[in-house]
Amino acid sequence: MHIPDGFINAPISLAAGAASLTGVAVSLRKAAHELDERRAPLAGLVAAFVFAAQMVNFPIAAGTSGHLLGGVLAAVLVGPWTGAICLTLVLVVQGLVFADGGLSAVGLNVLNMAFIGGVGGYAVFAMLRRVAPSTRGAVVVVSGIAAGVSVVLASIGFWVEYALGGTTGVNLTAVFGAMVGVHALIGVGEGVLTGLTVGAVLAVRPDLVYGARGLIAPPTVLPPVSAGAPGR
Amino acid sequence: MTTSTDARRHNLVPFVVGGLLVTLGIAFFVSPLASGDPDGLEKVAIDQGFDDTTEDHALDDAALADYGVRGVDDERLSTGLAGVVGVVITFGVGMVVFGVLRRRGDAGASATEREPPA
Repeated sequence: MHIPDGFINAPISLAAGAASLTGVAVSLRKAAHELDERRAPLAGLVAAFVFAAQMVNFPIAAGTSGHLLGGVLAAVLVGPWTGAICLTLVLVVQGLVFADGGLSAVGLNVLNMAFIGGVGGYAVFAMLRRVAPSTRGAVVVVSGIAAGVSVVLASIGFWVEYALGGTTGVNLTAVFGAMVGVHALIGVGEGVLTGLTVGAVLAVRPDLVYGARGLIAPPTVLPPVSAGAPGR
Repeated sequence: MTTSTDARRHNLVPFVVGGLLVTLGIAFFVSPLASGDPDGLEKVAIDQGFDDTTEDHALDDAALADYGVRGVDDERLSTGLAGVVGVVITFGVGMVVFGVLRRRGDAGASATEREPPA
């Protein structure tokens, strides 16, 4: 999903860079409200986790692989704007330190993965949560579905950029079908990994999951003095 | 094992330390096992015939380019070490950025508390 140098022409790369910069400026302002003293270290951890997870390409079909993008995962864990900054940090570190993702394409990659995928995917999550039951299980399932959708959204983002600023003489309809098809498959992996990770954090520290705020507290009211082991 | 006093609930250190250990484990032990096949975008570019427009990355000669540590010949070790360095860099930069943001957010919140709108 990381666009290299050379795929998209300079004007569209610059336009995407401007859009991403605007998005980052908005995110920085809004993230200040999402962050409390607990979420600041948590956000650093989420960024590091997304970096590590993005290194792990899993095979999806003959001769093709995919990896977690992590936009929805980050958004559900620490909030959509803080999550977008996490993804931006990861993409900048990848581009500057690991030569992954073209330097001229950092804006394109941030736009696709942090904003179209991350914030856009979180919007899907928020809509689904409104109609889903208010349970931990539902949060896990809904975050997985939104994460899967987010990968397809990001791939469509690339297609639009390619249609506007890619090399000519390529069949755009075929590119669209191929991008959406392969990223729907990768989206399944994204959904499973996101659901598993959100579920794991919910099991350990449900209070830390931004996207699970307002859940009906699970019935684990402990007596002030717990003498024996609880029933379950 | 679910006894969670308020103090323990609000203590973030065990969670962040545990999370970092898991993250470092993924970076060092799992990332070297990753599939080397082209990813979705690379595959589409190859199939649709525009992969030849890929230009070399300006930093291809960097010490950690392409998730390997230059000078470490063992490929798995090289990838794992690069992953660990990346995790440390990302976490460090994140702590600085989010620490600054949080202090800014706190300042804004307390300012509005002190001066409620009339």
